Amino acid sequence: MRTAVADGWVMTGRYLRHVIRAPEEIVIYFSLPIMFVLVFGYVFGSGMAVPGGGNYREFLIPGVFAMTMLYGIGATATAISVDVGRGVVDRFRSMPTARSALISGRVTADLARAMLETAVLVVCGLLVGWRWHHGIGNLLAALGLLLLLRLALSCVGVVLGLATPNPDTVAMIVFPLAFPLSAVSNAFVAPELMPGWLGTVSEWNPVSATTNAIRELFGNPGLGSDSWPAEHALSLAMAWPVALIAVFGPLAVRLYRRLGR
Amino acid sequence: MTSTIVAEGLRKRYRGGQGATALDGFDLRVPPGIIYGLLGPNGAGKTTAVRALSTLLRFDAGRAEVAGADVTRQPALVRERIALTGQYAAVDDALSGRQNLVLFGRLHHLARRDAQRRADELLERFGLTAAAGRSAKDYSGGMRRRLDLAASLIRRPRVLFLDEPTTGLDPRSRTQVWAAVRGLVADGTTVLLTTQYLEEADQLAGRIAVVDAGRVVAEGSPDELKAALGADRLEVVVRDPDRLGDAAALVERITGAQPDVDSDRRRLRVPVADRVGALLAVVPALQQAGITVADVGVHRPTLDEAFLHLTGDRADRAPSTPPAHSGPPGPPGAPGAPGAPGAPDAPDAPDAPDAPDAPDERPLSGERSGAAA
Repeated sequence: MRTAVADGWVMTGRYLRHVIRAPEEIVIYFSLPIMFVLVFGYVFGSGMAVPGGGNYREFLIPGVFAMTMLYGIGATATAISVDVGRGVVDRFRSMPTARSALISGRVTADLARAMLETAVLVVCGLLVGWRWHHGIGNLLAALGLLLLLRLALSCVGVVLGLATPNPDTVAMIVFPLAFPLSAVSNAFVAPELMPGWLGTVSEWNPVSATTNAIRELFGNPGLGSDSWPAEHALSLAMAWPVALIAVFGPLAVRLYRRLGR
Repeated sequence: MTSTIVAEGLRKRYRGGQGATALDGFDLRVPPGIIYGLLGPNGAGKTTAVRALSTLLRFDAGRAEVAGADVTRQPALVRERIALTGQYAAVDDALSGRQNLVLFGRLHHLARRDAQRRADELLERFGLTAAAGRSAKDYSGGMRRRLDLAASLIRRPRVLFLDEPTTGLDPRSRTQVWAAVRGLVADGTTVLLTTQYLEEADQLAGRIAVVDAGRVVAEGSPDELKAALGADRLEVVVRDPDRLGDAAALVERITGAQPDVDSDRRRLRVPVADRVGALLAVVPALQQAGITVADVGVHRPTLDEAFLHLTGDRADRAPSTPPAHSGPPGPPGAPGAPGAPGAPDAPDAPDAPDAPDAPDERPLSGERSGAAA
């Protein structure tokens, strides 16, 4: 057990060192959420309605937080896929290193990255006029929910990476997967304004659950709907990630073991 | 005899599409402290064998022991004692050379200080000190290979598996890797090396097992394998194709053995016991009979010939395609082969696979007469 923790920690350090050695990757990574803030906040935002009234950028920023967590899948899946495809994983597996280290190290590194990402986004948000209104405790609770979502999506990313040993394929899979999940959510457009069934899909989307919950915690506008998922946003924002972890966590471990078949 | 690596009857069949049998009764005994070569064409099962022995791949049947530990029952112990350098340089491209070695040291449970010290030692030993801070992705192919090899030596393994260590390297880098591998054995490491390069096996390996269709078809020292082919060969090329028959009759009368005739190349080949004597007897006799000799020579069988002889013409088939008869029909179709493949009776072994191959046309070597002699 101690080796598992120690090895996982060494592996976390390895993935974080990647960030330090190639900082341009993280800059490119941030360009997407920042672009979304600018494009939606200033270009489309003028034509966007916030149910129940309120500033669109205050409505938008929590959605961008959740969306950024979602797009983290790509970084996770690519890193794992590169390790498997280039034979680095074979080397780890031929060493006395704990078998759990690759997955636990990657997930921990993802959480560290997510903290950096949310910190950057908080600053961006403040610059474009977003505020949290319910004190530091609720702010931290909201960031906690975001990290929980990222933890779950990190497990999804590990599964994708293990199942796709070609990093180029990963990129082709992740975007078509993540884009609809972010677009058909309440991140940019309120579900009430979408056609009936699409609105329902959007409300039940895990990205929406977290977005709604953190809007509530931040005291941001856009909680107009009185549907079940909207009413129970906090519970859903915990239930969705826990369910994803329950499914994809064991699946990741199983796929990792199956590399030896 | 205590062997460092023992494999008995390993079988492995990959799941999915083609259902290729990768290992089909693979037997091996590697004595300690030598470089042992696994030689075979693409798809012969060399890599599968290495992956099975290094605990990366579960095999379906058989037993294997590496460095005194059972591969199936004590994989953790095996991993403590081995190192693997696979076909692709398995280093972290995003990290520097030194960071790579420190990382692998830490994952080998060395303290940070010790991992750093060991990394510096190895960088020095492999001539990478100057490049220690550069990202591995900026290394040349030869440097990556050396870094990869260095990463395998962090804990001074008892057994090192090297899977095609020089594939894709330029001759200079290859020589460097060879020198490094020889140095390891001097330190007491046992090296199991797979290669498709006969030259590499000949240069490095003290013993060689020839692998084909998932099993060992011959085993011995490079010289034994060559000797198993029998005598030297006299080769005569005549100018006039119409005289090839006369030439063959003449040569048979002189040497007492029936030559192998290749009419497309106007060539005949015959095993001879006395190289010089045969040459001196045959050439004047042909001239006297008015047959113009276009070319003549006496050849020692090369490891290439030994290899082609042992694996039939399968080596000529498309690379990376598993041999066609590797499926279920394989074993019954080759009844002579399993005799005692991995065993020390090397000179006999080559004859075994010859039987099922006899009807085959083997244009490249046509060595049947040689084996018979």
